[in-house]
Amino acid sequence: MNVEQQNLFRFLVGLGDDAVVLSHRLSEWCSNGPYLEEDIALSNIALDYIGRARMFYQYAAEIEGKGRTEDDIAYLRDERQFTNLLIHELPINDFAFTMVRQFFVDVYYCEYLKQLCESKDERIAAIAAKAVKESRYHLKRSEPWIRQLSEGTEESRRRIQAALVELENFVGELFIMSDWEKELVEAGIAVDREKLQAGWDQYIQKFLAESDLEFPDSQLQIRGGRDGIHTEHLGHMLSDMQYVQRVYPGLEW
Amino acid sequence: MDNDKNEERPAMQPQDEAALLDEFERKIKAEEKIEPTDWMPEAYRKNLIRQMSQHAHSEVIGMQPEGNWISRSPSLRRKAVLLAKVQDEGGHGLYLYSATETLGISRSEMIEALQTGKAKYASIFNYPTLTWADVGAIGWLVDGAAIVNQISLQRTSYGPYSRAMIRICKEESFHQRQGYEIMYQLAKGTPEQKQMAQDSMNRFWWPSLMMFGPHDSESAHSGQSMKWKIKRQSNDELRQKFIDQTVPQIEVLGLEMPDPEIKWNEERGHYDSGEINWEEFYQVINGSGPCNHQRIKHHVKAHEDGEWVREAVRAYRAKQQAKSEENAA
Ligand SMILES: [Fe+2]
Ligand SMILES: [Fe+2]
Ligand SMILES: [Fe+2]
Repeated sequence: MNVEQQNLFRFLVGLGDDAVVLSHRLSEWCSNGPYLEEDIALSNIALDYIGRARMFYQYAAEIEGKGRTEDDIAYLRDERQFTNLLIHELPINDFAFTMVRQFFVDVYYCEYLKQLCESKDERIAAIAAKAVKESRYHLKRSEPWIRQLSEGTEESRRRIQAALVELENFVGELFIMSDWEKELVEAGIAVDREKLQAGWDQYIQKFLAESDLEFPDSQLQIRGGRDGIHTEHLGHMLSDMQYVQRVYPGLEW
Repeated sequence: MDNDKNEERPAMQPQDEAALLDEFERKIKAEEKIEPTDWMPEAYRKNLIRQMSQHAHSEVIGMQPEGNWISRSPSLRRKAVLLAKVQDEGGHGLYLYSATETLGISRSEMIEALQTGKAKYASIFNYPTLTWADVGAIGWLVDGAAIVNQISLQRTSYGPYSRAMIRICKEESFHQRQGYEIMYQLAKGTPEQKQMAQDSMNRFWWPSLMMFGPHDSESAHSGQSMKWKIKRQSNDELRQKFIDQTVPQIEVLGLEMPDPEIKWNEERGHYDSGEINWEEFYQVINGSGPCNHQRIKHHVKAHEDGEWVREAVRAYRAKQQAKSEENAA
């Protein structure tokens, strides 16, 4: 791979990791939700993210050209090789936390993917075109949840507030660019995430203000995901997720 | 809703009731469907509520043993398929709860009956899923047995139940295929994978046969259910059908028969097989299977953890309602 291909590979794996890790978290709600309807809905969203992960990994594997598969990438790398942005890996916590995280990433993806549809790389643009529709739909579900829980009972509001505080430190990372990613932006392939920050802050703040809630401007507090520096939670997720592949190396399932 | 209507209805005279019963029995005989607004004997209604809610609960509790492997699915494709499958089962549960609600019982009443042990669910889900092969075995055998039962139930006499079965059966065949595909991959894989498949089939074979219920001679509800055409084929008939369709599949997989007595009987035109361990059957049904407590505890915990969410939704709706009334005033 030349440098541009290396950057592209890294870029695709990062997006795949974001998706695979969040899908894993969402799927944890299956049979555990507050309504049967919610088990189904969250599984649906998880399925969308698995689909994204597969598309990004498949393309990454082709770019790399070493004969690796989507599953080699998902199941045979360890924590330091996973490069998802950290917000995706945080445990599901309670339903309020899950929905606030979802709301945050839905708002983010709606704009990010919209811009990614303009990528000069047609394959990426096609994935983004499919994914952005999903995210718009996800947002249509997460927003009413935030509204209802913010204005429901004292307890639900308290839980929303707690989730907001817990997530405060993890949103800044969504808008941090490394040099290699900036090169991809210059080549017309990637999106400049730094430029999404002000719009995201404004959208979130305005929405929350309608329920009398405040959220500070996102700042870079905790970072490291794209460099493989994670929270302690990821290792446990991977040991669960990769269990079969690790115990029986090299088999087809 | 229907419940309220019934309560408002003036007390029925015996001769009216006799006429209604005649009409009901005529419909059953003529293979016409009974619909929610039709008069039906109380015992028919109760029988249906028991069977349909049990079916709904089975779909929902069944999400747990397979859900146990979602996070550990061995490939992204398998994970997506399994998640979609478990999600379908949740959908079946929802659909069946709604169909049962047409009989005048609410979903929350049904859930309470499940959680307090008054309502049952398929005993098969009280067995643990220990290996990845168990996901295959459940799809193949358990969904396979469910399909045999549900195809028969497409002709059940109660309209909403019949329509639910028609809709659900379409998805069940996809479930069975994905399960068989998993088994096939394992059976054709390495010796340890083949062993995993064999072990899993051996464990799920007998509980799958038990899904059809006791022998016809022992079945408590069967006689009346057959007469009312709630059930269309007997437990033993359906079980035989399942055995007959599954044995050739075991041969294709190249696995050893889970029951040494399985043998083609030319005269009967069916496979003979060994006797089910009925002691185990009743033990699990009566609450002492390996996972009975775990399954209900899991359900109760999810329900209790979600209480604050449901409370918030109710409170929010009430506030919105109050607001719109204020605006209207
Ligand atoms: Fe089902
Ligand atoms: Fe079923
Ligand atoms: Fe099924």
